[in-house]
Amino acid sequence: MKLPFKGAIDCDVHLAMPPVKTLLPFMSDYWQDQIVTRYIDRSSFALMSYPSNSPLSGRADWRAENGGAMPGASLAQLRSQLLDPFEHKIAICHALHGAIALYNEDMGAEFCTAVNRWVAAEWLDHEPRLRASILVHAQNPALAVAEIERCAGDSRFVAVLLPVMGDSPLGRRIYWPIFEAAQKHGLSVCVHAGSTFRNPPTGTGWTSYQTEDYIGQSVAFQNLIISLLAEGVFQKFPDLTFVCLESGFTWMPTLLWRSAKAWRGVRAEVPWIDRNPASIVRERIKLSLRPFDAPEDPDIIKRIFEQINCEDMLVFSTDYPHWQFEGDNTLPDGLPQELIQKILIDNPMASFPRLQSSTRAHARVTQEVAS
Amino acid sequence: MNAPLREVKAEQRLMIVDCDIHPIQRSNRDLYPFLPKHWQQHMETFGPHVRQGLSERISWPRMMASGQRADAYPKEGGPPGSSYELMKRQHLDPNGVEHGMLIALSKGGMEERNQDYAAALMSAVNDWQVECWVKVDPRLRAGVVIVADDPESSVKEIEKRAAQKEFSQIIISPRSAEPLGRRRFWPIYEAAQAAGFPLGIHPAAIPGGAPSTGAGWPTYYMQEHYTFGSASESVAISLVMEGVFERFPRLKIAMIESGFSWAPTLGWRMDSIFERMYKETPHLKRRPSEYMRENFWFATQPIEEPENPQHLIDIFEWIGWEKIMFSSDYPHWDFDDPRYAISVKLSEVNRAKIFRDNAKALYGLS
Amino acid sequence: MAKKYVAAAAGDIAEGGSKLVSIAGRDIGIFNVSGSFFALANRCPHAGGSLCEGFITGIAVSGGPNDYRLERTGEFLRCPWHGWEFDIRTGQSWCDPNSMRARQFAVKVEAGADLAKGPYIAETFEVKVEGEYLVIEL
Repeated sequence: MKLPFKGAIDCDVHLAMPPVKTLLPFMSDYWQDQIVTRYIDRSSFALMSYPSNSPLSGRADWRAENGGAMPGASLAQLRSQLLDPFEHKIAICHALHGAIALYNEDMGAEFCTAVNRWVAAEWLDHEPRLRASILVHAQNPALAVAEIERCAGDSRFVAVLLPVMGDSPLGRRIYWPIFEAAQKHGLSVCVHAGSTFRNPPTGTGWTSYQTEDYIGQSVAFQNLIISLLAEGVFQKFPDLTFVCLESGFTWMPTLLWRSAKAWRGVRAEVPWIDRNPASIVRERIKLSLRPFDAPEDPDIIKRIFEQINCEDMLVFSTDYPHWQFEGDNTLPDGLPQELIQKILIDNPMASFPRLQSSTRAHARVTQEVAS
Repeated sequence: MNAPLREVKAEQRLMIVDCDIHPIQRSNRDLYPFLPKHWQQHMETFGPHVRQGLSERISWPRMMASGQRADAYPKEGGPPGSSYELMKRQHLDPNGVEHGMLIALSKGGMEERNQDYAAALMSAVNDWQVECWVKVDPRLRAGVVIVADDPESSVKEIEKRAAQKEFSQIIISPRSAEPLGRRRFWPIYEAAQAAGFPLGIHPAAIPGGAPSTGAGWPTYYMQEHYTFGSASESVAISLVMEGVFERFPRLKIAMIESGFSWAPTLGWRMDSIFERMYKETPHLKRRPSEYMRENFWFATQPIEEPENPQHLIDIFEWIGWEKIMFSSDYPHWDFDDPRYAISVKLSEVNRAKIFRDNAKALYGLS
Repeated sequence: MAKKYVAAAAGDIAEGGSKLVSIAGRDIGIFNVSGSFFALANRCPHAGGSLCEGFITGIAVSGGPNDYRLERTGEFLRCPWHGWEFDIRTGQSWCDPNSMRARQFAVKVEAGADLAKGPYIAETFEVKVEGEYLVIEL
């Protein structure tokens, strides 16, 4: 179905990654030299999880409008394909640059800095409806923290971005400095589908097909949430919200039931989990609407929502320019009517503390300009 | 709520099929009669050679009594599941087990890296199941333990056991070196289909090589325990997307101790992604969920305990009432008692299907 | 009408110990927690496990990750099946104190001399006038 009103907050919008040479001006002399003389700028940094021409990576009609190239590559296109027709109030952009898969953590961190500076200069400065996440190279949490600190003064950055599958499960204590910095600055943590393939994508080894990898993202998100729970991240960082992007949500009942059941038996191993994990997850985890993995049958959808039993978890996402819906049917049919306002506006606002302050600030600026 | 305790009779009326019972050796010596002298010596000298840091146990110490029912340790010593008398007294008789499907996880060579030793163990454990369990109590049915990593030996073993009436299925671990849909495993499926054996997939605890999650190794047992379900999802995805059921349409999969509430949503997810990505897997002629609906069965333990027990009915309906089979996991700590496991009201017909009829049909039990 | 059952001699159960008894067809665990006696049905309200054959232990509590403390040692019972924890004094589940409770029975310590005056049932042993006994009314 179409959006019933304007002003939605879209929590998962992808910017097409620019050629490496576009990022050069945002890098130091040393890294510019390295990248040019090693010909690092001559091939793409497309992530294995998102091959550029894969049907999922870009909706065909949006590609066609762009002459076959990846949509989301220009602001004009983002406006004409997403922001204007759907009348978004805010779109939170994520720059999933392949640099996060580099093993050289200094090079990876330099790329992340360049990407974040490019996002600010080329996108955020030109379009007040845009917000962004901070790309970090999590292999070295200290470097990631430095980048978060560098970006934190810019209120248009509303989150830190991490892939759901990296070197280690994200709940581990080695990553806590990242969460500490995020919490300190009122940034949320966006965990996005995809892998740096430091590990085989499944607990049983390497898959054959990209389709399998993509299906398996829902498994990765379950393991992520169990890791955050077991490690006590929710207790350690009480003000931090985790937003799962390109996660889907219909797999959630299994996680709620199994974590609650297991907790009653293994609680003593992780005694910091001091209440039912299902209620912790319902409070602290947000899930994006796309991909939508259920028949668009109101009865089935109603039953899934009853099972999840939480009105606050789901946040609106188009996953632009990924192919998640047809035409302008940005919402799946059969969503409970009473949840739509929450999904489109209230839950996203609650998921990103910085949206509250930055929209207030923006309103104030607009007011001042008007008066 | 001060829950009143239901009074139960010692024996319940409905006789059941239990799809997950774990027998175990009292010690290495139990296998000696079935193991050539050379491998007996190897067992004592070198022991297991598996893909993890500890040789005798998993690296996430379990919670309850080493992962066992604390009340299932035989008084005379030995691990839970090693005493037939106790199993009979504690479970088979009082719980009305008409047929019990044995799943012999220990020392079966499933995770062993030395392939010759693995093959010897495989054969020994299968003989041991017959001689020490099925011949002792014909209610019990053996499962052919195989070494997935070694399809050649496994196929021979399957062919050998196909002629023995004591065996009802093949047992394989989801924690293989590669996802089970990969073609290296297909000779096993060909043999299974030819023999008419369902393939019982049961987590074997010891990793097959890959970290338990796509993001790496978990820290706590609580996480590792969750991967019994999540790794099984990966296996289901692999079997379906690789086209195993196009090639072997009569192959039947029993997911045991793997969870089941994930199955409907995984089917929907596979379908919606396949709709966009189908060109990558042209070998699939139908929607992925159709293979799942047709070729998969699910054992109930550990039963899901939703806050609203009615939600369990949603899941059963979505999977299909013909595909759910009761299992207890005796004598492990998360044992499900057939009297209490399913707390939501079932019709008599559906109760009979879950507790008896579906398994009888799948395994051809009379 | 409630009947008085003599379940055990008080001296049979040392502090920190327990005894499983069968009274009128019911299996009941009696626990001595620091000199006070408590009785719980030997059936876990969760899934029917033999609750009283589980571990008598404390409760693990924590102020956050890497903080482990064991408190109230000897006051909790951990079911031998799924490990659910119950407060021996109240029968309440630690995780679900308001919705999950093991059935509790009142235990009284009575002198053998007093018992001798009234009707009681002692199924397995002889009550002596000079002893002290644990009495459960059903």
